[in-house]
Order: sequence, then structure tokens, then C-alpha cells
Amino acid sequence: MESVQKKGYVIHKLEPAPIHSVKPEKMQKEPVIVDEEGARRRTQRIVGIGRLTVGLLIVLCWELFTRIGWMDSYYWSSPVRILSTTWTQVTQGTLLEDIAYTSSSTILGFIGGTLIGSLLGLSFWWSRRFAGISEPFLILLNAMPKLALAPVLVILLGIGFFSKVALAFAMTVVVAALSAHSGVQSVDKDMEKLMYSLGAKRHQVFTKVVIPWAMPWMISSLRINIALSLAGAIVGEFIASSHGIGRMVIYAGTILDINLVWVGVVVLSVLSMVMYAGVVLLEKWLSKGYGMKKA
Amino acid sequence: MKAKIEIAGVSKWFRRDGQEIIAMQETNLSIEQGRFVSIIGPSGCGKSTLFNIIAGLIPPSTGRVLADGEDIVGKTGYVGYMLQKDMLLPWRTILDNIILGMEIRGVPRKEAVARAQPLMDRYGLKGFGGHYPAELSGGMRQRAALLRTLLYDRDIILLDEPFGALDAQTRLTMQNWLLEIWEDFRKTVLFVTHDIDEAIYLSDDIYVFSGRPGRIISKISVDMPRPRHKEDTVSASFMELKAHLLDLLSGGGEEPAAHIS
Ligand SMILES: Nc1ncnc2c1ncn2[C@@H]1O[C@H](COP(=O)(O)OP(=O)(O)O)[C@@H](O)[C@H]1O
Ligand SMILES: [Mg+2]
Repeated sequence: MESVQKKGYVIHKLEPAPIHSVKPEKMQKEPVIVDEEGARRRTQRIVGIGRLTVGLLIVLCWELFTRIGWMDSYYWSSPVRILSTTWTQVTQGTLLEDIAYTSSSTILGFIGGTLIGSLLGLSFWWSRRFAGISEPFLILLNAMPKLALAPVLVILLGIGFFSKVALAFAMTVVVAALSAHSGVQSVDKDMEKLMYSLGAKRHQVFTKVVIPWAMPWMISSLRINIALSLAGAIVGEFIASSHGIGRMVIYAGTILDINLVWVGVVVLSVLSMVMYAGVVLLEKWLSKGYGMKKA
Repeated sequence: MKAKIEIAGVSKWFRRDGQEIIAMQETNLSIEQGRFVSIIGPSGCGKSTLFNIIAGLIPPSTGRVLADGEDIVGKTGYVGYMLQKDMLLPWRTILDNIILGMEIRGVPRKEAVARAQPLMDRYGLKGFGGHYPAELSGGMRQRAALLRTLLYDRDIILLDEPFGALDAQTRLTMQNWLLEIWEDFRKTVLFVTHDIDEAIYLSDDIYVFSGRPGRIISKISVDMPRPRHKEDTVSASFMELKAHLLDLLSGGGEEPAAHIS
């Protein structure tokens, strides 16, 4: 087809592609498909192996250095001694009960603080005046180092289980409330408008739009809150307690049994990781419940 | 013929920074049953404000809104309303989004699904009911949003720049799709757009608003026969009307906003 000159424009003739400029034997027969998935899997495997190696190496060096005297085994203990002390504490001592004590006050405080804090944050949607009055106090409470309150709480609530739960609760409730509040504030006003135009009542907007909308914000506070909650419970045990890992660590410190302090630190680390993993599972379940729900 | 919607002396003032700003001057409209009516005007002239008033979401400063002779000022749920953004809830499937209006009214889910399914099949959403909004293209999402409005089952539907965010190609498809639905259901449609071609192509009547603060400066009826086709948009009469509308809009666009203190 030849080029055509119209009144205000030109329709050009298209040249056929010059295939003969590439020799046929040089032309590729198979299309190139980059195996991105395989590459990602390989990367994941290498990362996994690398992590394991580094972890083992640290433990090995720790053991080795304390044995040959590069690290003072009085202060640093050693992996083998920590393990054997842990075992005697489990079989002859009260380590298992202590673990149960600390984790239950942590979990109770976490659940209570998260639930009540989230409800408080969500309730701010109902009244701008109520939200406006509360907000500065919430920010103030958030800034306040609540651990400094620990002695007061222990005096107020006694040295028993309840004061530890209360501390864990105090650590988490404000964060949960602030998160839920940010979620509520981010709700698209047009979405509310649409709901009202469909004849929705306020409570319907709340349950069908506001809560699911704020859900990711509330979920995102869970990971921080489990760690805060554990810190609260341990500090409560530091102050005064007759059970728990925190009490064990303080006790070991006063009798200069550094070996036992290390046991406490290791057990707390493991406990913290297990609870973190639990929260990640909870998060997955919650996100799924709200992301895929057919209701 | 008796008016389906009547807007009499409606105006809207907002107070901002201690100043009273007029968003829409006194407006009178009378729309007959089953018409496709477009409103065009420069942005900021109060088109969305007018729709919010008709939908009962905000009260007018003056005037009355009648539907079927009944005063609907401040009453929500009397008209179907669709915004430029699709406003689908991201955590609900397309099907669950489409039946939202019925769910709010308390229609049992089974019945709602039974009513939604045939419409989805017929109007281009067959097989998409189980997908989430994020998995669909902009055009498909607008279809879902419009079906949701349609299933809310009001005689009057307000569409506020529903295709404003779509590319030209999709927009044309959607315009034909909308006309098909309108021909099947014969609802009274009020359609806001800033696209002159779109207004002419779709409408029976076009109201032209002046620039801020908005005021109706012209009402034009489009006589092009239906069904309309792509070719009609390059016909001489179409071009003539387009030129006329362009003229009206560029003439009225420079009025400064009125302030009263
Ligand atoms: N809630 C409000 N408060 C103050 N001014 C508003 C409010 N809503 C709209 N306006 C003003 O009213 C005018 C009309 O807005 P709108 O109806 O959204 O215009 P359009 O939809 O035609 O672009 C604009 O100048 C806008 O700034
Ligand atoms: Mg608008």
C-alpha cells in the first residue's frame, strides 16, 4: 500500500520487517523464559542454610571460647552448662511452673489489653467530641513510661498474679487503642457516604465498613504488643513475686548464680519467640477471616 | 407529563474560615420519568453538591427536592447513587459487594444472590462473582458498582462521573453498556460528566452549569435517534452541538466565585 495524502494528515506505508539482515541459523528457535520462581526458591534455601550455619557457629564459638579461656566462663557461662542447668531446673526445680506463670500473665494481659484498647479506639468513630477529648490523654499515656508505675501497681494490687497481668495490660492497652484509632480515622468518607446512600444506619456502617477497615491497623499492633506484654509481666516479677522467670532471674542475680541468670535469659528468649510465632499465626488467621469471609 | 424529580430553588452555601461561600446558586430542574439527563459543567461548580442534596446526604440551604411529588430533603435511600470511585469494599467478593444494598435493607442473602446472579451473567460479570475487587480492571469494577446501584432498585439513579477514571477505549464500551442497561430498565438517570462527547452520546437532555458558583445556563435536548452508534459521534449535527456546548462552557467558566461576608 502506498502512502496516502489526505486533507489534514498522511497515512504512511509500512515497510515489511527486514528479516534477511539476521542469518536464519542465528535466529533463536526457543523463546527465553527466565525461571524466576526457581531462582527465588534457590535463594530461600541458601538463606535458610546460611542462617542455620551462623546460628550454630555462634553457639560453637561461645562453647569453644569459654573452654579455652578466651571468654570468662564465670560471666559468660557456656551453652552446655546452660543446657544442663536448664535440665536440672526442669527436673528438680520449678522451671516449668515458672514458665507457665510468666506466659499466662503475659497472654492474659495481652488479650485484655488488645481487646479493650481496640474497642476504645473503635469507639472513637461514634463521637468526634469524645475522640477529641480523649486523644491528648491517650497520647500522654502512651508517652508515659508505664514500667515506672510498676511499684505502684504491685503495692496497689498485691504481689500475686493479678499485678503482673495488670502490668502487661497497661503496657498493651494504649498501643492497641492508638492503632484502632488510626484505623478508624483512615476510613474513606466516601465509603461512609455510599453506605448512607444505600439507606444504612450508623450501626450498619460501623459493623460493615468501620471495623473491617480498621482491622489491618489493629492486627499490625499485635506483634509489638506481645513483646510489650512480656516485658510488663517480667518487670512485675522483678519488683515482687514468688513465681515466674523474672523472679528466678532476680533471685539468681542476688545469689550470684550467673549460670541461672543465663538460663532465665535463654528461656525468656525462647518463650518470646514462641509467643511471637503464635501471634503471627493469629494474624494470619484474623487476616484470612476478614479477607476471605463470604458473609 | 408529571415530573419524576423536581428541584425547586435549591442552593447551597458552605461556611469555611468564617466566610460563607456559595457552592451552588438557586437551581430549578424538572426531570421526567425515564429520561437520561446529563449535567455538565466545569469542576467545582457544584455538581456533586447537587447530587449529595438529592441523595439526602446533605441538606440544601434553600429550596426543595421532590421525587414523585414527595419531599425527600434529608431522606437517604430514596435514590440510587454511584460515585466516580467504585467504592467497592475490598474485603468482599464482587457478588457480596453487589448485594450490599439489599443486605442493608434486610433481604435474605439467598434471595439477594438469586436476584444478582442473572444480572451479573447478563451484564458482563459472569464468572466474576467470587473474585475480589482488586483482581478486576477498572471497567469491570465500575460495572459491579453500577449493578449494586441498580439492584438497590430505586426508580432514580444518580451517576457522578462514573467513567471519569477510565481510559477512552474502556469508556466507550462502558457507555454502550450503560445505554443497554438503561434501555432494559428504563430508570430515570441523572448523569454528571465533564466530557461533552459523553454527554451528547448518552443523553436525552443536557443541563449546562456555569462555572463556580454553579447555575444552570442552558438546557438542551438531543434528538439523535436511539440506539446510538459510534458513527453518530462524528456526524455533522453531533459536531455542531459539541461546538455549541464548548462555547457555552468556555464562556461561563471564568466567572469569579461570589463571596458574601
Ligand atoms: N463540605 C464542604 N465544605 C466547604 N466547601 C465545600 C464542601 N463541599 C463542596 N464544597 C465546595 O463547593 C464547590 C462545589 O463542589 P462540588 O459539588 O464537589 O463540585 P463539582 O462536583 O462540580 O466539581 C467547590 O468549590 C467546593 O470547594
Ligand atoms: Mg464532583
